Amino acid sequence: MTASKNSGLRARPGVLRLMFAGLLLMALGVLTVRAEGPKADVKIDNFTFAPNALTIRKGTEVIWTNNDDIPHTIVAIGSSLRSKTIDTDRTFSYLFDKTGTFNYICGLHPHMKGKIVVTE
Amino acid sequence: MTDQPDNHDRRGFLRCMTWAGATMLWSVAGGIPRSHLIGSAEAATTPGFTFAQVSDSHLGFNKPVNTAVTGTFQQALNALTMQTEKPSFLIHTGDITHLSKPEEFDTGAQLLKATRLPIYTVPGEHDVLEEDRKSYLHRYGKGTKGDGWYSFNAHGVHFIGLVNVINLQGTGLGSLGGAQLEWLEKDVKGLSASTPIVIFAHVPLWIAYQDWGWGTADGAQALTYLKRFGSVTVLNGHIHQVMQKVEGHVAFHTARSTAFPQGTPGVAKGPGPMPVPAAELKTYLGVARVSLVSTGTPLAIVDTPLAG
Repeated sequence: MTASKNSGLRARPGVLRLMFAGLLLMALGVLTVRAEGPKADVKIDNFTFAPNALTIRKGTEVIWTNNDDIPHTIVAIGSSLRSKTIDTDRTFSYLFDKTGTFNYICGLHPHMKGKIVVTE
Repeated sequence: MTDQPDNHDRRGFLRCMTWAGATMLWSVAGGIPRSHLIGSAEAATTPGFTFAQVSDSHLGFNKPVNTAVTGTFQQALNALTMQTEKPSFLIHTGDITHLSKPEEFDTGAQLLKATRLPIYTVPGEHDVLEEDRKSYLHRYGKGTKGDGWYSFNAHGVHFIGLVNVINLQGTGLGSLGGAQLEWLEKDVKGLSASTPIVIFAHVPLWIAYQDWGWGTADGAQALTYLKRFGSVTVLNGHIHQVMQKVEGHVAFHTARSTAFPQGTPGVAKGPGPMPVPAAELKTYLGVARVSLVSTGTPLAIVDTPLAG
Protein backbone atom coordinates (compact mmCIF):
# COMPACT_ATOMS: atom_id res chain seq x y z
CA MET A 1 0.00 0.00 0.00
CA THR A 2 2.67 2.34 1.10
CA ALA A 3 4.74 1.46 -1.93
CA SER A 4 1.87 2.00 -4.34
CA LYS A 5 0.99 5.21 -2.54
CA ASN A 6 4.58 6.27 -2.88
CA SER A 7 4.71 5.33 -6.51
CA GLY A 8 1.43 7.22 -7.02
CA LEU A 9 2.96 10.24 -5.37
CA ARG A 10 6.07 9.89 -7.46
CA ALA A 11 4.04 9.53 -10.64
CA ARG A 12 1.97 12.63 -10.07
CA PRO A 13 4.65 15.21 -10.93
CA GLY A 14 5.49 13.18 -14.00
CA VAL A 15 1.87 13.25 -15.12
CA LEU A 16 1.74 16.98 -14.53
CA ARG A 17 4.93 17.42 -16.51
CA LEU A 18 3.44 15.36 -19.34
CA MET A 19 0.22 17.33 -19.27
CA PHE A 20 2.19 20.58 -19.28
CA ALA A 21 4.35 19.37 -22.16
CA GLY A 22 1.19 18.34 -24.00
CA LEU A 23 -0.40 21.75 -23.49
CA LEU A 24 2.80 23.42 -24.62
CA LEU A 25 2.85 21.30 -27.78
CA MET A 26 -0.80 22.13 -28.44
CA ALA A 27 -0.09 25.82 -27.96
CA LEU A 28 2.94 25.60 -30.24
CA GLY A 29 0.81 23.69 -32.71
CA VAL A 30 -1.72 26.51 -32.76
CA LEU A 31 1.08 29.04 -33.18
CA THR A 32 2.67 26.97 -35.92
CA VAL A 33 -0.62 26.71 -37.78
CA ARG A 34 -0.93 30.48 -37.62
CA ALA A 35 2.64 31.04 -38.68
CA GLU A 36 2.18 28.69 -41.63
CA GLY A 37 -0.77 30.65 -43.07
CA PRO A 38 -0.02 31.97 -46.54
CA LYS A 39 1.78 35.28 -46.68
CA ALA A 40 2.62 37.70 -49.43
CA ASP A 41 4.96 40.67 -49.46
CA VAL A 42 4.54 44.11 -50.96
CA LYS A 43 7.59 46.36 -50.85
CA ILE A 44 7.27 50.13 -50.85
CA ASP A 45 10.25 51.53 -52.71
CA ASN A 46 10.72 54.94 -54.25
CA PHE A 47 7.02 55.81 -53.88
CA THR A 48 5.78 52.65 -55.63
CA PHE A 49 4.17 49.42 -54.48
CA ALA A 50 5.94 46.28 -55.74
CA PRO A 51 4.28 44.17 -56.92
CA ASN A 52 1.84 46.77 -58.00
CA ALA A 53 -0.96 44.22 -58.51
CA LEU A 54 -1.03 41.05 -56.44
CA THR A 55 -3.37 38.05 -56.69
CA ILE A 56 -3.70 35.98 -53.51
CA ARG A 57 -5.89 33.20 -52.09
CA LYS A 58 -8.46 34.06 -49.44
CA GLY A 59 -6.84 33.81 -45.99
CA THR A 60 -3.49 35.25 -47.12
CA GLU A 61 -1.79 37.84 -44.99
CA VAL A 62 -0.23 40.66 -46.97
CA ILE A 63 2.75 42.43 -45.44
CA TRP A 64 3.74 45.87 -46.69
CA THR A 65 7.31 47.00 -45.87
CA ASN A 66 8.29 50.65 -46.25
CA ASN A 67 11.82 51.02 -47.60
CA ASP A 68 11.48 54.78 -48.23
CA ASP A 69 12.83 57.64 -46.11
CA ILE A 70 9.28 59.02 -46.03
CA PRO A 71 6.27 57.50 -44.21
CA HIS A 72 3.40 55.98 -46.16
CA THR A 73 -0.05 54.59 -45.41
CA ILE A 74 -2.33 52.00 -47.02
CA VAL A 75 -5.86 53.20 -47.71
CA ALA A 76 -8.26 50.97 -49.65
CA ILE A 77 -10.71 52.78 -51.91
CA GLY A 78 -14.30 52.12 -50.86
CA SER A 79 -13.41 49.81 -47.94
CA SER A 80 -12.55 50.22 -44.30
CA LEU A 81 -8.98 48.94 -44.72
CA ARG A 82 -6.77 51.75 -43.50
CA SER A 83 -3.31 51.39 -41.99
CA LYS A 84 -1.62 53.54 -39.41
CA THR A 85 1.42 55.51 -40.56
CA ILE A 86 4.14 53.12 -41.77
CA ASP A 87 7.45 54.81 -41.06
CA THR A 88 10.79 53.85 -42.63
CA ASP A 89 11.58 50.10 -42.30
CA ARG A 90 8.24 49.44 -40.60
CA THR A 91 5.60 46.99 -41.79
CA PHE A 92 1.83 46.79 -41.90
CA SER A 93 0.05 43.47 -42.34
CA TYR A 94 -3.54 42.67 -43.16
CA LEU A 95 -5.29 39.30 -43.46
CA PHE A 96 -7.56 39.18 -46.49
CA ASP A 97 -10.44 36.85 -45.51
CA LYS A 98 -12.90 37.90 -48.20
CA THR A 99 -12.68 37.52 -51.94
CA GLY A 100 -12.74 40.57 -54.15
CA THR A 101 -10.58 43.29 -55.66
CA PHE A 102 -9.09 45.86 -53.30
CA ASN A 103 -7.74 48.98 -54.97
CA TYR A 104 -5.62 50.98 -52.59
CA ILE A 105 -3.51 54.13 -52.46
CA CYS A 106 -1.05 55.73 -50.08
CA GLY A 107 -3.16 58.16 -48.04
CA LEU A 108 -0.26 60.64 -48.01
CA HIS A 109 0.84 60.27 -51.62
CA PRO A 110 -2.30 59.26 -53.48
CA HIS A 111 -0.49 58.91 -56.81
CA MET A 112 0.87 55.65 -55.32
CA LYS A 113 -1.65 53.03 -56.36
CA GLY A 114 -1.84 49.27 -55.84
CA LYS A 115 -4.29 46.40 -56.18
CA ILE A 116 -4.89 43.16 -54.28
CA VAL A 117 -7.10 40.54 -55.95
CA VAL A 118 -8.36 37.91 -53.48
CA THR A 119 -9.59 34.62 -54.98
CA GLU A 120 -11.20 31.51 -53.37
CA MET B 1 27.37 76.48 -25.52
CA THR B 2 25.62 79.85 -25.32
CA ASP B 3 28.10 81.49 -27.68
CA GLN B 4 27.68 78.91 -30.39
CA PRO B 5 24.18 79.73 -31.61
CA ASP B 6 25.07 83.45 -31.74
CA ASN B 7 28.16 82.83 -33.82
CA HIS B 8 26.08 80.60 -36.01
CA ASP B 9 23.49 83.33 -36.40
CA ARG B 10 26.10 85.90 -37.29
CA ARG B 11 27.57 83.59 -39.89
CA GLY B 12 24.08 82.90 -41.15
CA PHE B 13 23.37 86.62 -41.37
CA LEU B 14 26.57 87.32 -43.28
CA ARG B 15 25.68 84.53 -45.67
CA CYS B 16 22.24 86.02 -45.97
CA MET B 17 23.78 89.29 -47.16
CA THR B 18 25.62 87.34 -49.83
CA TRP B 19 22.47 85.58 -51.00
CA ALA B 20 20.66 88.88 -51.37
CA GLY B 21 23.16 89.89 -54.03
CA ALA B 22 22.68 86.62 -55.88
CA THR B 23 18.96 85.95 -55.65
CA MET B 24 16.28 86.66 -58.17
CA LEU B 25 13.63 89.21 -57.35
CA TRP B 26 10.30 88.30 -58.85
CA SER B 27 7.97 91.20 -59.44
CA VAL B 28 4.56 90.33 -60.72
CA ALA B 29 2.86 93.29 -62.38
CA GLY B 30 -0.57 92.75 -63.86
CA GLY B 31 0.11 89.04 -64.10
CA ILE B 32 3.39 89.45 -65.98
CA PRO B 33 6.45 88.44 -63.98
CA ARG B 34 9.77 90.20 -64.31
CA SER B 35 12.87 88.76 -62.78
CA HIS B 36 16.14 90.51 -62.25
CA LEU B 37 19.15 90.16 -60.02
CA ILE B 38 18.98 92.40 -57.02
CA GLY B 39 21.59 93.96 -54.79
CA SER B 40 21.10 93.96 -51.03
CA ALA B 41 20.45 97.73 -51.03
CA GLU B 42 17.55 97.35 -53.41
CA ALA B 43 16.15 94.48 -51.40
CA ALA B 44 16.32 96.47 -48.17
CA THR B 45 14.45 99.45 -49.56
CA THR B 46 11.49 97.58 -51.05
CA PRO B 47 8.53 99.82 -50.28
CA GLY B 48 5.21 98.58 -48.93
CA PHE B 49 4.99 95.62 -46.64
CA THR B 50 6.62 92.24 -46.75
CA PHE B 51 5.81 88.87 -45.29
CA ALA B 52 7.80 85.68 -45.31
CA GLN B 53 7.07 82.09 -46.24
CA VAL B 54 8.76 79.01 -44.82
CA SER B 55 7.77 75.49 -45.66
CA ASP B 56 8.33 71.79 -45.09
CA SER B 57 10.41 71.96 -41.90
CA HIS B 58 9.68 68.21 -41.31
CA LEU B 59 10.68 68.43 -37.63
CA GLY B 60 11.45 64.89 -36.49
CA PHE B 61 12.94 63.80 -39.84
CA ASN B 62 16.29 62.16 -39.20
CA LYS B 63 17.78 60.54 -42.27
CA PRO B 64 21.28 60.92 -43.76
CA VAL B 65 20.25 63.68 -46.17
CA ASN B 66 19.72 65.97 -43.14
CA THR B 67 20.11 64.79 -39.56
CA ALA B 68 19.69 68.30 -38.14
CA VAL B 69 16.33 69.56 -39.40
CA THR B 70 15.70 71.56 -36.22
CA GLY B 71 18.98 73.40 -36.82
CA THR B 72 18.27 74.21 -40.46
CA PHE B 73 14.73 75.39 -39.59
CA GLN B 74 16.17 77.58 -36.84
CA GLN B 75 18.71 78.99 -39.28
CA ALA B 76 15.99 79.83 -41.80
CA LEU B 77 13.97 81.64 -39.12
CA ASN B 78 17.06 83.49 -37.87
CA ALA B 79 17.78 84.68 -41.39
CA LEU B 80 14.34 86.30 -41.45
CA THR B 81 14.30 87.88 -38.03
CA MET B 82 17.80 89.30 -38.36
CA GLN B 83 16.98 91.35 -41.43
CA THR B 84 16.81 95.10 -40.85
CA GLU B 85 13.28 95.23 -42.14
CA LYS B 86 11.41 92.49 -40.35
CA PRO B 87 8.59 90.88 -42.29
CA SER B 88 5.09 91.72 -40.99
CA PHE B 89 4.28 88.07 -40.44
CA LEU B 90 5.30 84.55 -41.32
CA ILE B 91 3.38 81.91 -43.26
CA HIS B 92 4.31 78.24 -42.86
CA THR B 93 2.91 76.28 -45.80
CA GLY B 94 2.80 72.93 -44.04
CA ASP B 95 4.72 69.81 -43.09
CA ILE B 96 5.77 71.59 -39.94
CA THR B 97 6.38 68.11 -38.52
CA HIS B 98 7.43 64.81 -40.07
CA LEU B 99 5.15 62.40 -38.16
CA SER B 100 2.55 64.65 -36.41
CA LYS B 101 4.08 63.79 -33.03
CA PRO B 102 3.27 66.16 -30.15
CA GLU B 103 6.96 66.67 -29.39
CA GLU B 104 7.62 67.64 -33.03
CA PHE B 105 4.78 70.18 -32.86
CA ASP B 106 6.19 71.47 -29.57
CA THR B 107 9.61 72.09 -31.11
CA GLY B 108 7.96 73.85 -34.04
CA ALA B 109 5.81 76.02 -31.78
CA GLN B 110 8.84 77.07 -29.71
CA LEU B 111 10.93 78.01 -32.74
CA LEU B 112 8.08 79.86 -34.42
CA LYS B 113 7.22 81.72 -31.22
CA ALA B 114 10.84 82.84 -30.83
CA THR B 115 10.57 84.81 -34.10
CA ARG B 116 8.03 87.09 -32.33
CA LEU B 117 6.21 87.32 -35.65
CA PRO B 118 2.53 86.59 -36.10
CA ILE B 119 2.35 83.06 -37.55
CA TYR B 120 -0.13 81.71 -40.08
CA THR B 121 -0.10 78.05 -41.07
CA VAL B 122 -1.82 75.45 -43.21
CA PRO B 123 -1.25 71.73 -42.63
CA GLY B 124 0.81 69.45 -44.83
CA GLU B 125 -0.02 65.74 -45.07
CA HIS B 126 2.69 65.03 -42.49
CA ASP B 127 0.89 67.26 -39.94
CA VAL B 128 -2.41 65.38 -40.09
CA LEU B 129 -1.34 61.74 -39.78
CA GLU B 130 -3.65 61.25 -36.81
CA GLU B 131 -7.19 60.20 -37.65
CA ASP B 132 -8.70 63.19 -35.81
CA ARG B 133 -5.83 65.59 -36.69
CA LYS B 134 -6.00 66.89 -33.15
CA SER B 135 -2.29 67.71 -32.66
CA TYR B 136 -2.42 70.15 -35.58
CA LEU B 137 -5.89 71.56 -34.96
CA HIS B 138 -5.24 71.98 -31.23
CA ARG B 139 -2.34 74.33 -32.03
CA TYR B 140 -3.39 76.01 -35.26
CA GLY B 141 -7.09 75.34 -35.67
CA LYS B 142 -8.49 78.18 -33.53
CA GLY B 143 -10.75 80.47 -35.51
CA THR B 144 -10.50 78.33 -38.65
CA LYS B 145 -13.22 76.49 -40.54
CA GLY B 146 -13.49 72.79 -41.41
CA ASP B 147 -10.07 71.14 -41.39
CA GLY B 148 -8.26 74.42 -40.75
CA TRP B 149 -8.99 76.81 -43.64
CA TYR B 150 -9.46 80.57 -43.09
CA SER B 151 -8.88 84.03 -44.52
CA PHE B 152 -7.67 87.38 -43.21
CA ASN B 153 -6.85 90.85 -44.48
CA ALA B 154 -3.51 92.60 -44.08
CA HIS B 155 -2.33 95.86 -45.67
CA GLY B 156 -5.12 95.76 -48.22
CA VAL B 157 -4.31 92.21 -49.33
CA HIS B 158 -6.79 89.36 -48.80
CA PHE B 159 -5.00 86.21 -47.61
CA ILE B 160 -6.61 82.77 -47.86
CA GLY B 161 -5.19 79.64 -46.22
CA LEU B 162 -6.52 76.44 -47.82
CA VAL B 163 -6.23 72.78 -46.76
CA ASN B 164 -5.65 70.27 -49.58
CA VAL B 165 -4.17 67.28 -47.73
CA ILE B 166 -7.24 65.64 -46.16
CA ASN B 167 -9.22 62.62 -47.44
CA LEU B 168 -7.00 62.09 -50.44
CA GLN B 169 -8.56 59.57 -52.78
CA GLY B 170 -8.12 57.94 -56.16
CA THR B 171 -7.39 61.10 -58.14
CA GLY B 172 -3.77 60.81 -57.05
CA LEU B 173 -3.67 64.51 -56.21
CA GLY B 174 -4.35 66.95 -53.38
CA SER B 175 -7.99 67.79 -52.73
CA LEU B 176 -9.93 70.76 -51.35
CA GLY B 177 -13.37 69.18 -51.23
CA GLY B 178 -16.86 70.58 -51.76
CA ALA B 179 -17.32 72.25 -48.38
CA GLN B 180 -14.08 74.23 -48.67
CA LEU B 181 -14.78 75.27 -52.27
CA GLU B 182 -18.22 76.49 -51.24
CA TRP B 183 -16.67 78.50 -48.42
CA LEU B 184 -14.03 79.97 -50.74
CA GLU B 185 -16.63 81.13 -53.26
CA LYS B 186 -18.51 82.97 -50.51
CA ASP B 187 -15.33 84.31 -48.92
CA VAL B 188 -14.24 86.25 -52.01
CA LYS B 189 -17.70 87.23 -53.23
CA GLY B 190 -17.88 90.66 -51.56
CA LEU B 191 -14.31 91.73 -52.44
CA SER B 192 -13.57 94.31 -55.11
CA ALA B 193 -11.70 92.95 -58.16
CA SER B 194 -8.75 95.22 -57.39
CA THR B 195 -8.04 93.54 -54.05
CA PRO B 196 -4.74 91.64 -54.30
CA ILE B 197 -5.29 88.00 -53.31
CA VAL B 198 -2.71 85.69 -51.79
CA ILE B 199 -3.70 82.03 -51.46
CA PHE B 200 -1.49 79.64 -49.55
CA ALA B 201 -1.83 75.86 -49.29
CA HIS B 202 0.55 72.95 -48.89
CA VAL B 203 0.25 70.94 -52.12
CA PRO B 204 0.60 73.01 -55.31
CA LEU B 205 -2.83 74.28 -56.32
CA TRP B 206 -1.97 73.81 -59.99
CA ILE B 207 -0.75 70.57 -61.56
CA ALA B 208 3.00 70.94 -61.15
CA TYR B 209 3.73 67.26 -61.94
CA GLN B 210 0.86 64.82 -62.13
CA ASP B 211 2.95 61.61 -62.09
CA TRP B 212 4.16 62.42 -58.59
CA GLY B 213 0.85 63.78 -57.36
CA TRP B 214 2.16 67.35 -57.28
CA GLY B 215 -1.10 69.15 -57.81
CA THR B 216 -4.65 69.61 -56.53
CA ALA B 217 -7.50 67.81 -58.29
CA ASP B 218 -10.06 70.59 -57.69
CA GLY B 219 -7.53 73.45 -57.66
CA ALA B 220 -8.77 74.71 -61.04
CA GLN B 221 -12.29 74.92 -59.62
CA ALA B 222 -10.99 77.12 -56.79
CA LEU B 223 -9.29 79.41 -59.28
CA THR B 224 -12.51 80.01 -61.21
CA TYR B 225 -13.73 82.01 -58.20
CA LEU B 226 -10.67 84.25 -58.52
CA LYS B 227 -10.78 84.94 -62.26
CA ARG B 228 -12.09 88.47 -61.86
CA PHE B 229 -9.25 89.58 -59.57
CA GLY B 230 -6.37 91.58 -61.02
CA SER B 231 -3.63 90.06 -58.88
CA VAL B 232 -3.66 86.54 -57.47
CA THR B 233 -0.55 84.98 -55.96
CA VAL B 234 -0.56 81.30 -54.99
CA LEU B 235 2.08 80.12 -52.52
CA ASN B 236 2.67 76.40 -51.96
CA GLY B 237 5.21 74.01 -50.48
CA HIS B 238 5.28 70.20 -50.63
CA ILE B 239 7.71 69.80 -53.53
CA HIS B 240 10.80 71.13 -51.71
CA GLN B 241 12.02 73.28 -54.59
CA VAL B 242 11.22 76.58 -56.25
CA MET B 243 8.83 76.31 -59.18
CA GLN B 244 6.96 79.21 -60.73
CA LYS B 245 4.28 79.62 -63.31
CA VAL B 246 1.99 82.42 -64.45
CA GLU B 247 -1.43 81.96 -65.94
CA GLY B 248 -3.37 85.11 -66.73
CA HIS B 249 -3.45 87.18 -63.55
CA VAL B 250 -2.42 84.25 -61.37
CA ALA B 251 1.18 83.69 -60.31
CA PHE B 252 2.03 80.33 -58.77
CA HIS B 253 5.08 79.85 -56.62
CA THR B 254 6.41 76.97 -54.53
CA ALA B 255 8.95 77.40 -51.73
CA ARG B 256 12.02 75.44 -50.78
CA SER B 257 11.95 73.19 -47.74
CA THR B 258 14.04 74.03 -44.68
CA ALA B 259 14.71 70.29 -44.18
CA PHE B 260 15.72 68.47 -47.37
CA PRO B 261 15.50 68.83 -51.15
CA GLN B 262 13.41 66.57 -53.36
CA GLY B 263 14.16 65.41 -56.87
CA THR B 264 13.38 67.32 -60.04
CA PRO B 265 10.52 65.94 -62.16
CA GLY B 266 11.81 64.25 -65.27
CA VAL B 267 15.26 63.84 -63.75
CA ALA B 268 14.90 61.97 -60.44
CA LYS B 269 13.44 58.45 -60.19
CA GLY B 270 10.87 59.50 -57.63
CA PRO B 271 9.68 62.36 -55.43
CA GLY B 272 11.53 61.31 -52.24
CA PRO B 273 14.37 63.12 -50.44
CA MET B 274 17.23 63.84 -52.84
CA PRO B 275 20.66 63.01 -51.46
CA VAL B 276 23.08 65.90 -52.00
CA PRO B 277 26.67 66.42 -50.80
CA ALA B 278 26.53 67.69 -47.18
CA ALA B 279 28.45 70.84 -48.13
CA GLU B 280 25.79 71.74 -50.71
CA LEU B 281 22.69 70.94 -48.62
CA LYS B 282 22.03 74.51 -47.56
CA THR B 283 21.96 75.76 -51.13
CA TYR B 284 18.85 73.60 -51.55
CA LEU B 285 17.04 74.82 -48.40
CA GLY B 286 15.60 78.25 -47.80
CA VAL B 287 12.87 80.78 -47.23
CA ALA B 288 10.80 83.11 -49.39
CA ARG B 289 10.10 86.77 -48.76
CA VAL B 290 7.15 88.40 -50.44
CA SER B 291 6.79 92.16 -50.81
CA LEU B 292 3.75 94.15 -51.76
CA VAL B 293 5.05 97.06 -53.76
CA SER B 294 2.79 99.97 -52.90
CA THR B 295 2.74 101.49 -56.39
CA GLY B 296 0.16 99.31 -58.09
CA THR B 297 -0.51 95.65 -57.51
CA PRO B 298 2.72 93.69 -57.94
CA LEU B 299 4.01 91.23 -55.42
CA ALA B 300 7.71 90.55 -55.42
CA ILE B 301 8.95 87.18 -54.25
CA VAL B 302 12.58 86.71 -53.25
CA ASP B 303 13.71 83.14 -52.58
CA THR B 304 16.79 82.86 -50.48
CA PRO B 305 18.67 79.62 -49.98
CA LEU B 306 20.28 79.06 -46.57
CA ALA B 307 23.65 79.20 -48.32
CA GLY B 308 24.86 79.59 -51.86
